[in-house]
Amino acid sequence: MRGRLINVVVAGLGGQGVLKASDILADAALRAGFDVKKSEIKGMSQRGGSVTSDVRFGQIVLSPMVPPGEADYLLVLEPTQVDPHKHYLKPDGMLITPDAVDAGKLPNKKTLNVALLGALSVHLPLPEAGWLEALREGFPAEFFDANHQAFLAGRAGQSQKK
Amino acid sequence: MPAPKRQLLSGDEAIALAARDAGVALGTGYPGTPSTEILERFSELGGLGQWSPNEKVALEVAIGAAFAGARAMATMKHVGLNVAADPLFTVAYTGVSGGLVVISADDPGMASSQNEQDNRRYAVAASVPMLEPSDSQEAYDFLLAAFEISERWKLPVVLRATTRVCHSYTVVQPRGPGGTAKAPKFERDIRARVMIPANARPAHKRLRQKLAEIGEWNETCSLNRVVPGDKKLGIITSGISFMHAREAAPEASVLKLGFTHPLPMKKIAAFVKSVKRCLVIEEGDPYLVEAIRAAGIKVEGKAEMYRFGELSVPRVRRILNNDITPELAQLAGKPPQLCDACQYRLVFEALRQRDCIVAGDIGCYTLGVLKPFEAMDSCVCMGASLGVGLGLRHVLPLEQARRVVSIIGDSTFVHSGISGLVEMVYNPPPSGHVLIILDNGTTAMTGHQEHPGTGRKLNHQPTNKLVLEDLARSLGVKRVHVVEPRVGSNEFERTLDECLASNELCVIIARRPCILIVKRLRELEQSECEKKEGPCAAG
Repeated sequence: MRGRLINVVVAGLGGQGVLKASDILADAALRAGFDVKKSEIKGMSQRGGSVTSDVRFGQIVLSPMVPPGEADYLLVLEPTQVDPHKHYLKPDGMLITPDAVDAGKLPNKKTLNVALLGALSVHLPLPEAGWLEALREGFPAEFFDANHQAFLAGRAGQSQKK
Repeated sequence: MPAPKRQLLSGDEAIALAARDAGVALGTGYPGTPSTEILERFSELGGLGQWSPNEKVALEVAIGAAFAGARAMATMKHVGLNVAADPLFTVAYTGVSGGLVVISADDPGMASSQNEQDNRRYAVAASVPMLEPSDSQEAYDFLLAAFEISERWKLPVVLRATTRVCHSYTVVQPRGPGGTAKAPKFERDIRARVMIPANARPAHKRLRQKLAEIGEWNETCSLNRVVPGDKKLGIITSGISFMHAREAAPEASVLKLGFTHPLPMKKIAAFVKSVKRCLVIEEGDPYLVEAIRAAGIKVEGKAEMYRFGELSVPRVRRILNNDITPELAQLAGKPPQLCDACQYRLVFEALRQRDCIVAGDIGCYTLGVLKPFEAMDSCVCMGASLGVGLGLRHVLPLEQARRVVSIIGDSTFVHSGISGLVEMVYNPPPSGHVLIILDNGTTAMTGHQEHPGTGRKLNHQPTNKLVLEDLARSLGVKRVHVVEPRVGSNEFERTLDECLASNELCVIIARRPCILIVKRLRELEQSECEKKEGPCAAG
């Protein structure tokens, strides 16, 4: 009726870059011309607690929250956070965990969030140029090369599986 | 000038941008989730944004600016409006010359709060107009509308948002800066501004008269709109619930209320008449449903179980289906905890070992209640550690009273602990008392904001510094100790033992910067030093 809505839930622990990952995803979707909403609960995130961010995009997005059982993709940055969040996935939804990328190919540990976005990007209708622009504007300039490398490592991991 | 770009903004950021575009001359507030980012962003955008010691002072400063004819806003979380309620209720009587908007950011579900009070009740109690945005675009548009309404009726207006509106990012098309702000000018109006009973009596009548006019105007106001749909099901809703309801029942007719006090009852009655079944979908208290029913209009509400927590699409589906079966408990994620290297760990360990009775307060350190410390016995509201600790000391048997301590953070102490300290000096318990101020040099829980004790303003520029130990001594506290809690030193424990045994009034300031701000602090100090003296060594 109003076009397909894509629901992504990003989960991890405080300090892992969950919110940054969802910022980049939301920006890439906005650049592709979609309506976008992103929702998260902040406040305790710097104290090492669970952090979850919902990103929804499509022609029109209403509620900013992904209802449980309706996530197309669940991106989890920390393996212990799979169980508390897997109820968000729909039956044929895709779980993307740190296993999706070859850790040896990452420039550093902190880029895991961007690498998982790279893995996710293979499955989304968002042009690569928009992703790269989002990465370029979402971080200080000196981090772009490392993030670009991590993003490509994430993409490569998914392409091999296909 | 080209039209401003579409942006993905949080509700808070959208409010800040609207404030900038509306020419707000002064924004005041006290940090509190989910409202904090409004003033921070407003300041980044070039606006004059200031943290006040607490919300009451913040609103009073904003009132002064609005009395001078400027546009002013005060931002706070829902419980902050409790603190600011005193000026709010009477500024409704005095009215304002410039626009005054009070932003109340409520936290249904308590993502980071001690209660989930519904501040729509305040608009009713204080007789002030209230707007409720549903997303960031509305947060932007409604702030502009709030100033227009405030200036038209010369009344303060409450903009009530909730966590999901404040912290969700949605697309905003800004209008850009508009019009030129009026130049502030003092105009004497003693009868309107000085609320002695002789002036307040007519002011109260004036206020109710204005409210009646606003209610009539609201009947045709574009902030309330009907989304046409199937006439079998009608939904009346406001705020974020509108989004959930539209998604849960895309076929329904919806009356979306944006201007929710005073309510447009004729419009509501006409909508209810136009549909077969009419349901009110609202988060929190049954505010709309009670008001609509009191006007003699028959509508369905939600079951009591949905008063608690946030609404969501699945919960709205359940309300629509009259489903009151128990909801599935979700697996809890990892709860927050005191940082591994936090200096307060040592403090709470010491309190636990001594089996202290701990009157606690609000901040990161409230996490001292969790395992392994479990070293907090009460947490009521900002500043309550002082009063509650003193009350315990006054009535408990002596051997228990001697173990009572009050514990409070630096920002919370400045917010509302100072009057508690005055109480301690004025009405000392027979066993004395021990107050521990955890001074980490920041408002840590809400994301490291400055406060009067840090000596820096909201934008981190230096200003006068409130020295906590000097303040305590000046109030008459004889035993004031400043200690640095750190691993490998037993100074804190030793001082605590001496104070607990002393039967005197004691203040222990446990001072060490929050580990999360150390780097920023070093950079700030270096740049301040360089401004004064040329190149300075880092660290």
